[in-house]
Amino acid sequence: MTSFQQMIAKNQTTLGTRRKMVNALMLTVTGLLTLLVLALLFWIVGYVLLRGMKAINLSFITQPPRPLGVAGGGVLHAIEGTIVITVLAALFAIPPGILAAFYAARNPNTPLGIALRFSTDVLSGIPSIVIGLFAYAILVKPMGHYSGLAGGAALAILMLPIILRTTEEMLKLVPHDLYEGSLALGAAEWKTSLSVIFPAALDGIVTGFLLAIARAAGETAPLLFTTLGNERYDIKGIISNGIVQHQSFLMIIGRIVNQPVDSLPLTLWKYAQQPYPERIDQSWAVALVLMIFVLLMNIIARLWIYFRMRRMKG
Amino acid sequence: MHTRNNISSEPKFLRRLRDFFQHGDRPWRVLLILMSLLLLVMILAIGWLLWRESAGSRIQFGLGFLTPTLNANWDPVNDRFQAWPFIYGTLLTSLAAMLLALPLSLGIAIFLSELCPERLRQPLNSLIELLAAIPSVVYGLWGIFVFLPVVVAPFGQVLADTIGRIPGLGLLFMGPMPESGSSRLGAALILTIMIIPTITAITRDVLLAIPSHQREASMAMGATRWETIWKVLLPFGLSGILGAVIIGLGRALGETMAVTMVIGNSIEGSPSLLRPGYTMSSVIANEFAEAVTKLHTQVLIEVGLVLFFITLLLNIIARLLVWSVARKTPQDVRA
Amino acid sequence: MDLLPHAAHERLDLSFLEKLGKGISIMTLQVMTPINHETNANAPVKVEVKNLEVYYGKFRALAGISMPVYENQITAIIGPSGCGKSTLLRCFNRMNDLTSNSKVNGELILDDQNIYAPGVDVVDIRRRVGMVFQRPNPFPKSIYDNVTYGPKLYGIRRRSDLDEIVERSLKAAALWDEVKDKLGQSALSLSGGQQQRLCIARALAVEPEVILMDEPASALDPISTLRIEDLMHDLTKDYTIIIVTHNMQQAARVSDYTAMMMIDSQRAGQLIEYDRTTTIFTSPKNKQTEDYVTGRFG
Repeated sequence: MTSFQQMIAKNQTTLGTRRKMVNALMLTVTGLLTLLVLALLFWIVGYVLLRGMKAINLSFITQPPRPLGVAGGGVLHAIEGTIVITVLAALFAIPPGILAAFYAARNPNTPLGIALRFSTDVLSGIPSIVIGLFAYAILVKPMGHYSGLAGGAALAILMLPIILRTTEEMLKLVPHDLYEGSLALGAAEWKTSLSVIFPAALDGIVTGFLLAIARAAGETAPLLFTTLGNERYDIKGIISNGIVQHQSFLMIIGRIVNQPVDSLPLTLWKYAQQPYPERIDQSWAVALVLMIFVLLMNIIARLWIYFRMRRMKG
Repeated sequence: MHTRNNISSEPKFLRRLRDFFQHGDRPWRVLLILMSLLLLVMILAIGWLLWRESAGSRIQFGLGFLTPTLNANWDPVNDRFQAWPFIYGTLLTSLAAMLLALPLSLGIAIFLSELCPERLRQPLNSLIELLAAIPSVVYGLWGIFVFLPVVVAPFGQVLADTIGRIPGLGLLFMGPMPESGSSRLGAALILTIMIIPTITAITRDVLLAIPSHQREASMAMGATRWETIWKVLLPFGLSGILGAVIIGLGRALGETMAVTMVIGNSIEGSPSLLRPGYTMSSVIANEFAEAVTKLHTQVLIEVGLVLFFITLLLNIIARLLVWSVARKTPQDVRA
Repeated sequence: MDLLPHAAHERLDLSFLEKLGKGISIMTLQVMTPINHETNANAPVKVEVKNLEVYYGKFRALAGISMPVYENQITAIIGPSGCGKSTLLRCFNRMNDLTSNSKVNGELILDDQNIYAPGVDVVDIRRRVGMVFQRPNPFPKSIYDNVTYGPKLYGIRRRSDLDEIVERSLKAAALWDEVKDKLGQSALSLSGGQQQRLCIARALAVEPEVILMDEPASALDPISTLRIEDLMHDLTKDYTIIIVTHNMQQAARVSDYTAMMMIDSQRAGQLIEYDRTTTIFTSPKNKQTEDYVTGRFG
């Protein structure tokens, strides 16, 4: 019977060094791969920064577009549109998202709770363009025209999973004692949830909200056939017009949301395809604005969560 | 002696109503359940609506709409449609992206979960996730004007000159590479960058969830760090990692804007990676708003339906795989 | 109740004695010392611990510890929970290195080599000093693959060699007869006691010289525990064993030498007494040791 010692004595040293070399090599490779991907990140962000800076100035953000060939002009219409659609999307997505999150956090192991979490995950994997088609079929077609409302609805569906997941996690972090203490005082469950648990989890929920907004603001595909785009979108004009004509508040709001609306990503998409250098420059500027906005939201949200976790641990 | 409350004088129906409401808790619970059902129903609603709105197209073209063909028709004027070029384009670019992203994401996830110093972990995680936050159109813009000319065009040409010459496999790498670089290769590479954060994040979580006693058992026997990762951890988390990869594939399949901007949007029949192509999401994005005939619209919705089903199926499989790793810790000891 | 399964001809009924209470506990412990495993008074020193200190960051977890570990003997490390027993044990195979910001001072000499000297091959040390953990931790692979994991790392490929190693290791771990017909089955299908013996077989497969056991039976039922203790006796023929246990009776039953640890005023673990097990349990020199073994605290 050959002993183990004999067996390995033969190839001990060579095998030993080879194992160590393989170890060192592979570990270095993983580090290099990480560096590679980080380098890509910096390349993209850096390039957009540098190239976009050239075309950006104050008038860019505050002016509507000028006709081609005329210098200057901006993307005010797109900024206004983005704000309107995002606000709408938030209004549509937040109530169901938060309420369903309450259910999921309180009942994680019931059939409905499990089904809810599972379908939220699945929903977040559906392509945004398919969601756009859904919004088209459900809103644009019956209403007969494109509108910011339909775009907002599409974005709301995209925001829902994010809001639900983050809210659920934050609600679960609230110490159980808080819940029990409130109930022990005789408060009903709904009052406990709204007045005690919700405020305690609020800043975490807000971070989820920021992440969802960042996602929604950057989406283009679902807007292509829901809001379509509208270079003449002008909220100030709508409001002043409405006041002059003595239109009711609701009518003015209706005018704001119920027509085709533009957005920053849509504008980027359109300008990038046009063969005019000033439009190309402007699309870089839009990219810069978008990217800064989205990255900022993400960084703020993450830092907030990070500091919150630090506070809770110690 | 206790004070009398006036229960006996309260009308019965009022008391029943009060009990029914349970101090407001019952309506609250009903509301929560309704909202949850809303979400569940959403997925079914999307599928149903797409199905309904594409009825005309489905009836008219049947399965022939989807079958592979080398000379596809796509003629809105004459109502002749075949979706194969788009299906092929979507599958080719997404699968290529998945294959490329896998080793990269795996390597990064291993680094982040096993090797990275504790302090660096959170910042690096966040940086990688920021990559996922960049809007698709921004990727597309950078893709057209920077990535394609600088990386894809030259690289593609090299591939055409080398692998393109091999019989068999060379079919996939036949040039010539378009000057602009707009090609399925460009789309695949951009998709790779876009799905790396997703696969990395899930894989990293899967690895971190593996109990540390598995690592200890291996290292205590004299295995190196890499041997432990390769022979113990990766096999242990395999189904979760597979799930991560499939989720990444799902993301790639549905990606629209960045792909549309770099793929060239052409339905020429070549199967090669190096030629311009078209994807399901791109054709919907490009043509839907301008579709004039009802049939054209329905055809595009049918394409959307196909995309919906493929991503739905993949997602369900993937999520089940990821969930299964959490349950796979060694059994608790029994007598 | 039968407490000494290996001493067939020396069975003692202790339940009566136990009922007499703590007062005669020392006398009880006297009859509990193992009978057919000879404590070798002239055994050479296999591992020498010299002024070993362990820091986690700024926190000193182990005060300077010095003790010899004799070859082919069982040395037990006992003490109240949190006193650093596991930390000390993990020094023997440098598993503490895996904890970030840990630092070790002092020497730990295996045969004649200080394993903490710079440039030492840690991977080889860990092969020579094997470890069995508190909770059985088999890999979710087959029984066969669990045992061959180590040997395969060392380049052993031939099926016949591997089969031989598997049979030898499983026999040494007293598990062979129970699993020889189902080597391909998943290791997780075994019971807890069997899984722990599998982990022992796995550690034996790479032919270590020293085996460390960190409370190896604490997660097991009493019958499995006794089987493991039996196993330990058999293993001393070829291996040196160091065991950490919070169960004093186990230490008394099983070990030849016992190290008693306690935490000092700065919460660092220190060695307060080290001697033959019989001495520690019948006439300990240190008052704290005596209090602990007679169950007055801890």
